[in-house]
Amino acid sequence: MSDVATAPVDAPPDDAAPLLRATDLVKDFPIRGGVFSRTVGYVSAVAGVSLEVDEGETLGLVGESGCGKSTTGRLLLNLIPPTAGEVLFDGQPISRMRGKRLSRMRQRFQIVFQDPYASLNPRMTVGATLSEPLKVHLGLDQQAVDERIADLLRTVGLSPEHMNRYPHEFSGGQRQRIGIARALALDPDLIVLDEPVSALDVSIQAGVVNLLQRLQDELGLAYVFIAHDLSVVRHISDRVAVMYLGKIVERGDRKPIYENPGHPYTQALLSAIPLPDPEREKTRTRIILTGDVPSPANPPSGCRFRTRCWRKRELDEAGTDTSACVEQEPLLQIRQSSGVDHPVACHFAKAVAVV
Amino acid sequence: MVDAPATYAASPLTGNEVLLSMRGLRAGFATDDGFVRAVDGVSFDVARGEVLAIVGESGSGKSVTAMAILDLQPTLEIAEGEILWKGRDLLTMSENGRRAVRGKEIAMIFQDPLTALNPVHTVGRQIGEMARIHEGLDRQEARARAIEMLDLVGIPEARTRADMYPHEFSGGMRQRAMIAMAITCKPDLLIADEPTTALDVTVQAQVLEVLLDIKDEIDSAIILITHDLGVVAGLSDRVMVMYAGRAIETGTTHEIFYETRHPYTLGLLASLPRLDDVGDEPLVPIVGSPPSLIRKPSGCSFHPRCRFARVPGNCETDDPALRLVAGDDHQAACHYAEELADVSVESLRTAVDVTAETALDLALPRDREPIEDAAVVEDVAVAEATAHPGVTDRAEGQIDQWPATGQRPDDGEANR
Repeated sequence: MSDVATAPVDAPPDDAAPLLRATDLVKDFPIRGGVFSRTVGYVSAVAGVSLEVDEGETLGLVGESGCGKSTTGRLLLNLIPPTAGEVLFDGQPISRMRGKRLSRMRQRFQIVFQDPYASLNPRMTVGATLSEPLKVHLGLDQQAVDERIADLLRTVGLSPEHMNRYPHEFSGGQRQRIGIARALALDPDLIVLDEPVSALDVSIQAGVVNLLQRLQDELGLAYVFIAHDLSVVRHISDRVAVMYLGKIVERGDRKPIYENPGHPYTQALLSAIPLPDPEREKTRTRIILTGDVPSPANPPSGCRFRTRCWRKRELDEAGTDTSACVEQEPLLQIRQSSGVDHPVACHFAKAVAVV
Repeated sequence: MVDAPATYAASPLTGNEVLLSMRGLRAGFATDDGFVRAVDGVSFDVARGEVLAIVGESGSGKSVTAMAILDLQPTLEIAEGEILWKGRDLLTMSENGRRAVRGKEIAMIFQDPLTALNPVHTVGRQIGEMARIHEGLDRQEARARAIEMLDLVGIPEARTRADMYPHEFSGGMRQRAMIAMAITCKPDLLIADEPTTALDVTVQAQVLEVLLDIKDEIDSAIILITHDLGVVAGLSDRVMVMYAGRAIETGTTHEIFYETRHPYTLGLLASLPRLDDVGDEPLVPIVGSPPSLIRKPSGCSFHPRCRFARVPGNCETDDPALRLVAGDDHQAACHYAEELADVSVESLRTAVDVTAETALDLALPRDREPIEDAAVVEDVAVAEATAHPGVTDRAEGQIDQWPATGQRPDDGEANR
């Protein structure tokens, strides 16, 4: 694991400090086994992730299940402690904060979870759920709390009368709006949205996406939008980072990531998404990956994507020397020869338009 | 209520023999709250060699339609209708007769392979079981067939894999194993219920490729049940869109996507972010929630959420039947389907002020009593009036009809 932890992942540039900066985040979860539940190995869920989020912008974090995107989201908010690495929020190292200081900091960053059925307490009314952060952090009296709750509910497109209702009385889309209202309660600067619309039907999903965009415009929020649906991410993000097996393999502004991707994984991922357009869909060429994602407990040496990489296979067939893929971990950096102006973690990065 | 279209002997699209013909099926579940009308008068035909996609959101009745064909849901009560399989009604057939069809002539691929596969038998044995039961193969022959099928769906080292258990397979491989099981007896019809919903996109692409290949290989028909319009676009020949237990639009894939004639279908397309959009296009949500299937709205079930509904008017009082609206077989259940000829996803996106609408998620969830709130209803009326494109001539005051969804007693219940 140590080689991963100390690998020199690209250093963020040193200009104006971003709202959130994560440097070389690593999270290993122990695998326990045997009679005495001893640690027999580690799953490296996040293996050296660095990213930045500026005020008022949306960073899309995409990848397939098990790529570490949700773990990254939780590390960013210090909901779980990192094995290594550091998170600076507004210049302050929150990954090392504890107790009251952390609690005060937490007012400024919030999270919205994927499943609106599981993330709201079924025994608490909407009003009780929303009043908790207000009482704990701000110490408001009941009248001020009620006013704030009414405001919050209106902000997310619900009615103040809904305050005395229980979560089961709402539909999925409405529940997700309650989750968003809870995240907004303390007027945060940043919200991590962990698959906020994945559990919703498309017609409902659009309303929640629109709400998130409106709130961002009005309140100047920064979002980390974690999702597996690259179509939604393209719609909502300013910048996008693509993860594979615990690492960011490519990141950049929205337009170049979608129109001019450089990493063979990003290209395969984009080409695999079906378009709701029969004529384009039936004539499109797809990059089909073979095999499955390797276990994060035993990731491949060198490039983690090499076992499924279609470009490596092409290069091998053409007789090109690809030993670097096996021996050397590709760094996330801008590669002049690739035809791509954003950082790509591939020795053989090359722009291919696939959408 | 719905006029069943004439039964075809051959598909109007391909001229191939019609295999399955569902006629006016009504089915549902009895619950403490009342009868849930999950499928409410659905008719369609599937011909050999074609892929029919049944599209809809959760609770639209698409899966129940499939369950009814194979009689896989013991608690499902079928009130009326017939399901003709090669001319014979599956609903009146004896259990033995149905058993001979099920698995051999009509096979099913389920959404979640981990619950559909038996964890205590090897994958090879489960696949071979189909051939042993339906074709009387012995153990050796069945195993050979299982290996052949695993090979066909692209599982590497099929011989070794056949002796493994489902938990030793990855998600994508399990789904392939299920496809292998379904095609073991070379069925005439394959029903795939959300076959790739549980899979990651790169794996989904692999599985869809397999589905397309085997379709050509065994020359069967496929009913593809999905909510993913992208999958539909790539795979299907014809589409049936369902809403609240009804087929509300049917036609060729081209017609449904490019010549949409039902406001709900149009709403689905306009609410969907697309990978090939630049990303700045507004998404147009369908306001409100799907209706209760116990107490459906009066008139058209979609009218409380419809941007084009004329309220008061026949949208609120008359239930529109599925009728021919264009081409040879393009049908829609909307009183004003023809007017949609001039409306596209693009025109809808430019006409609707989405920001004014973000406050509109006030409709009631299914099976709930209405939330009475005059003030909110007024807000909604204002927002809607400003938000709606000129196509609707609904006046501002009439919006108070809107939250009344679901109050009307169910006239259909008396029939049971």
